Amino acid sequence: MNESETAKNIPEPAAPRRAVALISGGLDSMLAVRVMQQQGIYVEGINFYTGFCVEGHTQAIRTSGGSDEKRNSALWVADQLGIRLHIIDVIEAYKPVLLAPRHGYGSNLNPCLDCKIFMLKKAKEWLEANGFDFIITGEVVGQRPMSQLAAKLRIISKKTELEDLLVRPLSGKHLPETLPEREGWIKREGLYDFNGRSRKPQIALARAFGFSDWSTPAGGCCFLTDENYSRKLRDLWQAQGERRYELDDIMLLKVGRHLRPLPEFKLLIGRDEGESNFLYGYRKQFITLDIVSHNGPITLIDGTVDATTLHLAARIAARYSQGHASDSVVVNVRRLDGSESTLMVVPLPKDEVNPAWMI
Amino acid sequence: MDDLSAAVAATPLPELNLRRLLCPLPVIRLEQYVAAHPEVTQLRVVATDPGVKHDIPVWCRMNGHRVIALSEADGEIIQLIQIGSL
Ligand code: SF4
Repeated sequence: MNESETAKNIPEPAAPRRAVALISGGLDSMLAVRVMQQQGIYVEGINFYTGFCVEGHTQAIRTSGGSDEKRNSALWVADQLGIRLHIIDVIEAYKPVLLAPRHGYGSNLNPCLDCKIFMLKKAKEWLEANGFDFIITGEVVGQRPMSQLAAKLRIISKKTELEDLLVRPLSGKHLPETLPEREGWIKREGLYDFNGRSRKPQIALARAFGFSDWSTPAGGCCFLTDENYSRKLRDLWQAQGERRYELDDIMLLKVGRHLRPLPEFKLLIGRDEGESNFLYGYRKQFITLDIVSHNGPITLIDGTVDATTLHLAARIAARYSQGHASDSVVVNVRRLDGSESTLMVVPLPKDEVNPAWMI
Repeated sequence: MDDLSAAVAATPLPELNLRRLLCPLPVIRLEQYVAAHPEVTQLRVVATDPGVKHDIPVWCRMNGHRVIALSEADGEIIQLIQIGSL
């Protein structure tokens, strides 16, 4: 046998199988990827941006907050794992999921089951477009009541037609065998049997992997699980008379105090300089009140006002300025056409701010 | 502004305006821009979310690009990016 024949008989080393992981930025997806990397799988991450994701927005807008908190956690996780991450804008495509979820909402406006199905369908599209072999998620059986019961995980797999290509390494031993296991790309004994809400197994595994830093365990993935945020979103839909939103709407729900003194308008009042600066960026889209005689926040008026209700709005804005105890406060009013005028108002006394106005 | 910052701001390059976009939109728009402009080898990105100081260098590193200069003035963060530098 000559040398070239020998070379022909040696099988080419198999190219590593390629998996795409849904990276939320939390600990579970971080662990799921590392489990697969340990089995020799090449992994890239995807993270879908719906507009509701809990990211550093509030910290980025507000004046306080250390710079470390402002990092994007999904990017940070991917960097720790040494994988590429693709952050994909799904703002438009996500709207029907939130506006009319087939499986309903969780305890707030979180349509978790539909959301998971949507994201996995998108991940499947990505997988097919990029020639990857299977999908990884950090889901754990029984961890969250709505979307992570074993039965729900199976519904998700079925609805996305991903039953065979979806690997959940942290709970794989509780779930039916998948194609990557049957084909020998990954070993079932290398998967885990995590189950339920306890975070202890994940934290122990993180330590075993040498991870010393991760995002808050079990932190929600999005603002839709937040009661206050959901209330503001419902109020927005009610005021509009229909369920719809644009990106600016849902960003503004994260910022400032929101008060609705009358059905026709809502006030957005900055809570610090950072928020006021952010709101100021919207001055061409909203009537804007700026306290000029004292230090005070920027206030946006979302809705319609007449002379009387504008006066009320200015009095409320003055209530949140440093002139709240003064006899009069000067408020600059900037209208949508750019014209400006000033109002001199008596700040609304604290006991006249109706708690029912707070959204 | 120091000399390097002035150079970052003044170099005639394609400029991507990411002002007022909050994390992770600056990274999303940057990835879209780079994918749509294979001919661009260097560009300047201007953003206002301080998170870009972490996120854009990380995104560049994982995609084989590099931030070669960064400057900050008047609430704007300007980064000069070398595409495909590795
Ligand atoms: S918490 Fe939000 S992002 Fe996470 S599954 Fe539920 S709806 Fe989707």
